Amino acid sequence: MKISLWGVRGSIPYSGPETNHYGGNTSCVTVYQDGCLLVLDGGSGLQRLVLPTNLKSNRIDILLTHLHLDHIQGLGFFKPLYNPEMEVHIWGPASSGNSLMFRLRRYLSPPLFPVNIRELPCRLTLHEIENSEFQIGPFRIESEYIIHPGPTVGFRLKEKDKVFTYIPDHEPALGRNGMIQDTKWISGIDLAMQADLLLHDGQYSSEEYLKSTGWGHSSIFNALQFASKAEVKRLLLSHHDPLHTDKTLDQLFSEFKANHHYPFPYELAVEGMEIDL
Amino acid sequence: MAAYEIEVILTRQLADCLSIPIFITDTTGRLIFYNEPAEVLLGSRYEETGEMPVETWSTVFKPIDEHGKEIPPAELPLVITLKTCSPHHKSFWIESLQGKIEKISVTSYPIIGRTGKFQGAVAIFWESKEK
Repeated sequence: MKISLWGVRGSIPYSGPETNHYGGNTSCVTVYQDGCLLVLDGGSGLQRLVLPTNLKSNRIDILLTHLHLDHIQGLGFFKPLYNPEMEVHIWGPASSGNSLMFRLRRYLSPPLFPVNIRELPCRLTLHEIENSEFQIGPFRIESEYIIHPGPTVGFRLKEKDKVFTYIPDHEPALGRNGMIQDTKWISGIDLAMQADLLLHDGQYSSEEYLKSTGWGHSSIFNALQFASKAEVKRLLLSHHDPLHTDKTLDQLFSEFKANHHYPFPYELAVEGMEIDL
Repeated sequence: MAAYEIEVILTRQLADCLSIPIFITDTTGRLIFYNEPAEVLLGSRYEETGEMPVETWSTVFKPIDEHGKEIPPAELPLVITLKTCSPHHKSFWIESLQGKIEKISVTSYPIIGRTGKFQGAVAIFWESKEK
């Protein structure tokens, strides 16, 4: 499967020369295999997305981890939604209250957006997911609720013998003493277990995390602890803090790497990065 | 074994921060976590015992009514919650294995996740000032 990163910034897009390297667009990743395209999250990176020319059908699936603005703000600018020939499926976490349609319409309707989601010309289907397992094209997908404010899921995508786990917003260390060591008590661990590639939240330095506990994100250290417990083969740290410039990210990461050693490769996610699994 | 669902994980993390004794069970009544204040009631440490089947933890203390008569398990709040998925509250006395008698109140409630799925139960033990 081919994984492309279109947005790896957290919270709010940050465009400027100081974020040129890691990129300023918010969460959006695509996974492509055998003419089938999955879009993971619809952050501002979605508007940069270039559709593969060899799609097998006119169907596109968008899998939303949650409905915070930085994960849906690109939706309104996604061209296939305006094409009556396209079949677009949006998958998002179920809530105990309102439907996915109701919650998406809060953004995709006036006054926040000029077009109402019900008026989109494409053939749109919404799917509410929870701790679910489903198949799209060649991908076997598991979703599971994880610790983050509001209904939020992570995804485990399996194609043949390769596994890609996508958990861009996650705070597994929420608690008095941080992450519990017994894996039965770690949010999201089953999704990530022995994944070939894990893309995980690593928004903060350890010092910053102390001031932001409960906001739903991880420090780089927490992400490494989580990846280590899950025995992943490779880790990409994502959801970069909007206050972190390229220089800050490089500095934080090099300091961390100098002091922490893990038996698997890990690096900061970069907008535009492509990975073949 | 698969990880617990996040509602159960977050319940444990909350219990770990509180100074009142709390038991967390799965849907079968298996004690999957008890916090530090609850260790005093049970006379054992979670770090040492780990999870406990209902047959083990339910014999640690004997619940009795105001006449000293033993209360059958089916009338205890946690058991009712596990059976009915509803909250319950009751005040009674407990006699520990050491023969010490104390009045307590127990509040129990089900853990029901976002999807409406019953995932376990919580029992909070309130120590009564009344002897």
